[in-house]
Amino acid sequence: MSHAIPGFPNHFFISPTRRWLHSPRMLDRQVVITGLGAITGLGIGAEAAWQGLLEGRSALAPIKSFDASAFPCRIAAEIPDFSARDFVPKSYRKAVKVMARDIQIAVAAARLAVQDARLVTTDTDDEDITPTYAPDRVGCQIGAGLIACEIDELTRALVSSLDDQGRFDLRAWGKGGMNNLPPLWLLKYLPNMLACHVTIIHDAQGPSNTITCAEASGLLSAGESMRVIARGDADCCFTGGAEAKINPMGLTRMDLAQRLARTSADADPTSYVRPYDPQATGGLLGELAGICIVEAAQTATARGARPYAKISGFGAGHSPRRGNPRELAEGLIAAIEAALKQANLAPDRIDAILPHASGIPEVDQVEAAALEAVFGPKTAEIPCITITPNLGDGMAGSGGVALCIASMCLRHQSLPARIHHGSPANNILAGAATQRDAGLNNILVCSNALGGQNAAMILSKP
Amino acid sequence: MTTSDRKPRVVITGAGWVTPLGDTIDGVWQRLLRGDSGVGDIRRFDASTFVSNFVAQTQEPDLSRILADHEHHADAAVNTRFALSATAQAWKQAGLGDPATPGRLNAGFPALNPRRVGIYLGSGEGLLDSDNFFATNIAAWNAEKRDIDLGAWAEAAYQRLSAARELEQEPNMPVSHIADAFGARGPAFNCLTACAASTQAIGEATEIIRRGEADVMITGGAHTMVHPLGITGFIRLTALSADRNAGGPFSLNRDGFTMGEGAGIIIIEALEHALARGATPLAEIVGFGSSADAFRITDIQPEGLGAIAAMTEALEDAGIDPLARDENGRPPIHYISAHGTGTKENDSIESRAVKGMFKHNAPDIPMSSIKSMMGHLIAAAGAVECITCVQTIRTGMLPPTMRLNTPDPNCDLDYVPNKARDCNPVGGVEVALSNSFGFGGQNDTLVLKRYSG
Repeated sequence: MSHAIPGFPNHFFISPTRRWLHSPRMLDRQVVITGLGAITGLGIGAEAAWQGLLEGRSALAPIKSFDASAFPCRIAAEIPDFSARDFVPKSYRKAVKVMARDIQIAVAAARLAVQDARLVTTDTDDEDITPTYAPDRVGCQIGAGLIACEIDELTRALVSSLDDQGRFDLRAWGKGGMNNLPPLWLLKYLPNMLACHVTIIHDAQGPSNTITCAEASGLLSAGESMRVIARGDADCCFTGGAEAKINPMGLTRMDLAQRLARTSADADPTSYVRPYDPQATGGLLGELAGICIVEAAQTATARGARPYAKISGFGAGHSPRRGNPRELAEGLIAAIEAALKQANLAPDRIDAILPHASGIPEVDQVEAAALEAVFGPKTAEIPCITITPNLGDGMAGSGGVALCIASMCLRHQSLPARIHHGSPANNILAGAATQRDAGLNNILVCSNALGGQNAAMILSKP
Repeated sequence: MTTSDRKPRVVITGAGWVTPLGDTIDGVWQRLLRGDSGVGDIRRFDASTFVSNFVAQTQEPDLSRILADHEHHADAAVNTRFALSATAQAWKQAGLGDPATPGRLNAGFPALNPRRVGIYLGSGEGLLDSDNFFATNIAAWNAEKRDIDLGAWAEAAYQRLSAARELEQEPNMPVSHIADAFGARGPAFNCLTACAASTQAIGEATEIIRRGEADVMITGGAHTMVHPLGITGFIRLTALSADRNAGGPFSLNRDGFTMGEGAGIIIIEALEHALARGATPLAEIVGFGSSADAFRITDIQPEGLGAIAAMTEALEDAGIDPLARDENGRPPIHYISAHGTGTKENDSIESRAVKGMFKHNAPDIPMSSIKSMMGHLIAAAGAVECITCVQTIRTGMLPPTMRLNTPDPNCDLDYVPNKARDCNPVGGVEVALSNSFGFGGQNDTLVLKRYSG
C-alpha cells in the first residue's frame, strides 16, 4: 500500500500512527467541503440539482416506480433513469444486487463527490493508481434510514409457507420456507451497508459510522465528520446521507405518521409542498442521496483543492416529544445557538437559511418558532432556501443534499428560485421568488427529525 | 471550546443494563462470574422448527415501576423499554435522582443544564410488527400472477398496520424517549453500525465531552432482533449457532453466535463536572478508536487489520504502548472484553488481531466473551461489554468464556475458560479494553482505566 500523496510536500504527510503525535493534546482543525455528490429527482449530480433549483423546476410528479393508485399519497420526487451499475467499478457490479435502493444511490453519490473533489481512490477498474490519501486517513459518516425490505421478494418467499387456511405458518417457514430468501437477504437492508459499500469501493479505512436519526441523519453525520477530522483521526471523510422511501412500505409508514399530503389526480403535483404555509396539507417524499467530501483545510490546501465552503459551526440538540411549538422548538434552538457559538458569529451575520421546510404545518410551525427565537424580528428578512418543493423530503438523504446546495450558493454567490403555491407565515421569508445574485458569507443549514433530534451547521465562504 | 488544549478527562459515573441474565448491575455480575447461561427456547414466537430455535431472551421491563411519566412511553417498542429501564438505573447510580419520582433532571447538585446533557446511543430498530406485516403481504398475493396486487396490499396495510407500531421501529426512538423522560436537550445521536454500534456510540459521546459540547452524555445502546425475520436473516447468513450444546466462543467446535437482546447504558461526564457535583467516578474512558475493514460486506479482513487499526487508535489515544510491561512485569492491558461471537471466522481473526497488536504480551492478557452467557445483543453488545469492563475494574474479577471445551489451534490465547478469575492477588484490573466489530467491517475499541485523581 502506497502512502505517498502526490503533490504533497513531505512535511504535510501524517503518519498512520497519528494520535501518538498529539496525544494528550486537543487538536481542533478547520474542515472544508471540497466535493459534492447529489442524486435527486432533478437528475444525477449536484450541478443538475442546482440548475433545476435556479430555474425553479420541481421533480414532484405521480409515482412511476410502482402502481401507487391505491395509496392516499401518489406523488413523490423519484430519481429518473438511474442504474447503480453505471456508478461502480466493473468488478463491483455483482454487489449491486445486494444493495437496497438507499444503498445504491449512496454509492453513486459517493463516486460523484470523489470525482468532484478530484480525489483518486480505488473506485476504478484501473489497478495501477495512487490514492490521494492513505486509506486509513479517509473516514466515512453516512446517515441512513430504516430500510424497508422489498415486499415482492419477501412475499414470494412467505407464500411458500401457508397453512390450509392460507395463513402464514411459522413452522413451515422454519422447516424450509425461509430458504426461498437469498442467503445475503439481511445485508441488503442493514443501514450500515451504505457506509460499508462506500468504504469498500473507495478503500476508506478510517473511522466509519452510520447515523440513523431520520431527517437529521445527514447533518448529524456531517457534524461527526467534522469532529473526526478536527481531532485528527482522519484528513478526509465521506459525509452526508441517503434514503429512498418511495416504495409501498415507506410510503405507508410516512402516511401513517401523518407526514404526507393526500394527493388528487387533478391538482398540479408541484403545488402541494408549501413550506411554512399554515394551510398546507403535508409533505411529499423525495429520493435523495447527498454525499460530500470534507477535508482538513490544511491537507485540502496542500493538495491544491478548491473548497466550496468551510464548516464554521455545528450544533445539535433534542426536543421534547410533546408541548407547544415553542417548547417543541427547544432542541433546534439549542442546535442553532451552539452552531453560532462555535462559529463565533452573531445571528445577524447569517445571510441565508436552508431549513428542513417539510411543508407539514405543525412541523414547520416548530421550525419557524426556533428561527424566530434565535433571529428575532429579523427572521423575516433572512432569505430561506427551500428545496422540498423541488426535491421532496428525502429524510436521511436531505441533510447531505442541503449541504450540497448551500455549497453551490456560496460558490456562485447566488440564491436559487423558490417555488411556493401558497403564502408562508409572514415571519418567514419563504414565498415564491426568482433566482437572484446575493452576497453570501454564512449560510445556516438545519434540520429537525421526527423523533426530536435536531442539527444545525453553518457553512461559510472559504 | 475548552479553555485548555489538553483533552478533558471523561469518567463513567453511572451504569445500567437490562440483559438475559437480569437487570441489576450486581445481580447480573454475580451470574456472569458464576458462568450462568441466559439461553433458552425462543418464547416470543413459534420457532420450534427453525434451524436455530434458541436465544438469550430478556424479561421485558415494567416501566410503571421505573418512570413517573411511564404513560408517555406506553407505545415504546421493546428495545426502547430496555433502554429506558437501563437509563433509569444508570441515572440513579450517577446520583442524578430517581426517575420514578418527578423532578428528575434537577435532582443532582448543582442542577444539570438540560442543554449540556446529550445522548448518543447505538440502538437498533424496534421490533418488526411481524404478524400484521406478514398478513398484509399474504393478503395481497396474486397466486396466478405470482406477484403482489398493490391495491389489495394498500387496503390490507391500512387495516392492519398502526402508526405507533411502525414509527416506534425507527432506530432513533430509544434516543427520543430517553430525551423526553430525562429532559436531555443537548446533542443527540443514534448510530447503527451493526454489532459495533454501542461501542462506537460511547466512543463518540466521549469525544463530544472532550470537545466541550456537553457536560454529561447518556450513552450505550439497546436492541432486539428476536423476531422471525431477524432470526431468519442470520440463519440465512449461516451466522447463528444451530446447536445449543456446541462449543462456546474460541472453542474448536463452535458453530456460530447465539442471539441475545437487551440494553446497556452508562452516564459519562467531564471529570471536573463529576467531581464538582460530588459524583463517584466508576472508571475513566481513556481511549477510543474506530476503523473500517473496507474489505467485503460478508467477510472480515483475514489478517484482522481493521481490528488492529481500531485498537491501535484507541491505545494511542490512551497513550498506552501495547508492547510495554510495568514494573511488576504485567502487560499494559489487564483484561480484554472480546467481541467473541462464536463464529468460526470472528474468533480466529480476532485472536490473530490481538496477537498482531500485543505481540509477545498477547498470551498474558486475559480475554473473555460474555456472549457465551448472555448471547449477542447486536447493537447493544458493546455497551454491556463496556459495563463488564467497568465491573472488572471495580471488582478485580474476570468473567469466564463458557463452553470453551475444545481448544482451537487458531485461538491460542487466554480466554478465561469456563471459570471466573480473581485478579486481585496480582493487583486487580487497572486497564481494560473492549472490542466490537460490526457486520460489514466497522470496528470500534474502547480503553477504560481505573479512576485515580
